[in-house]
Parts: sequence; C-alpha cells; structure tokens
Amino acid sequence: MNNEVSIQEDDFSLADEVAFLESDNAIDGAVVTFTGRVRNKNEGLNVTALTLEHYPGMTEKLLAKIITTAKERWDIGRVKVIHRIGRLEIGEQIVFVGVTSQHRQDAFAANEFIMDYLKVKAPFWKKELTENGEKWLDAKSSDNNKAQQWS
Amino acid sequence: MIKIVFFAALREQLGCSELSLASTNILTINQLKQALIEHQPQWQNLIENNTLLSAINHEMVDGEHPVKSGDEIAFFPPVTGG
Repeated sequence: MNNEVSIQEDDFSLADEVAFLESDNAIDGAVVTFTGRVRNKNEGLNVTALTLEHYPGMTEKLLAKIITTAKERWDIGRVKVIHRIGRLEIGEQIVFVGVTSQHRQDAFAANEFIMDYLKVKAPFWKKELTENGEKWLDAKSSDNNKAQQWS
Repeated sequence: MIKIVFFAALREQLGCSELSLASTNILTINQLKQALIEHQPQWQNLIENNTLLSAINHEMVDGEHPVKSGDEIAFFPPVTGG
C-alpha cells in the first residue's frame, strides 16, 4: 500500500512525520503540516470523546486520489496523510496532513486543499460522546462551501 | 449476488452492517434500494432518505448507476471526518 496514506488506531508523532518528509529531501525548502485534534466543546456541549468509523478500502483510495489531484495542481514534493479511527479522547490527535515543496506557496495551498477535500469526500464518520449522550455528527454546509472554493 | 454494506448512523439505525441479495431484477442503485425495502419494509424511511450517499466498488455513484452481480454497494450518511 501507498506509504503516503495511513489509517490507524495508534497515535502519531509530529516530529517523526516531519522527519520523514524532510529526510533525503534537500530540494524542498518548505514543509507545511496540519494537525487536527479532538475539541472539548462542540455546538455548545461538552464533549467527552469521539469515535471514528471509516469505510476500509474506499478511504485509502479516495485519499490517494486527492493527493494525486494536489500533485497535478501544485508543484509539491512529499505528502503524508494520517487519519486515526476508533475512540479518541479530548485533545488527542485525529488527523495529520504534511506537504513539502520548494517554495512555501505550493505546500500551503496543497495542504489546505487536501484537508478541505478529505473533510467532504473521504468516508469517515464521527460519533461524539457528550454530556447528553452519544450523537453522530451532521455534515456541515460550511465544509462543503470551503471545498467548493477549489473548483 | 450483490454485497451491500452500511456505515455509521445508518448501520446503527438499520441494525445491520452488511447483507447479500440475489441480483435478479436489480439493474440500478435505485432498484436496489427498492429491493432492500421489500426485504425489510421497516427500513423504508432510512433507505429513502435523500441525503444518503452510495458507492459501488469504492466509487461514489448516483441512483441511476447500473449494478451488477459481484459488486460491493455501500450506503452511508454524509461524511464527517477530519
């Protein structure tokens, strides 16, 4: 399997991922990383934890396709996308997107593009555990609007 | 046979994560939905929910998309990862 995408239960280390993006890669002067974490509040409710489900097989293919599109659109070097699944507590890391490029503009734009498309295309679903019980999150139209800005 | 898989809130509401149906007379995603409702009438509202997304063999498709024996069809709610 393609080593640019990892779907995993285990946590990841930002330092290790940056080291992977930078090792033997003297051509790229820019490294842009994004990390998403579990917030303690959502829609006014205190969140205790999240459970993340995905569609194995389709998720990996879709993320690989998003990365291919980003590479066609921007002059970028290495890419890494990690998404965790299973139960995650407040403050835990959920998602990582790392992109390198020779100059910063391409890495910034490609990173944001990958994250915006992951949000609206990749088959992951979050269930929130709040003070009022369990709830599957609804998709947000603001996320769709954000992704459409790229088209 | 057609393999059908369900995810997330839909999986929980149906109480079913996957099943197989004989592919006779099922030509499209919309016809498969009708076959599922005939199979389990109490699923009607959940299956007819127009926010439901569908994929064939890991590719997103619409209701008119053809279905054939051996396909894996997935139904799921709008995605909320990241």
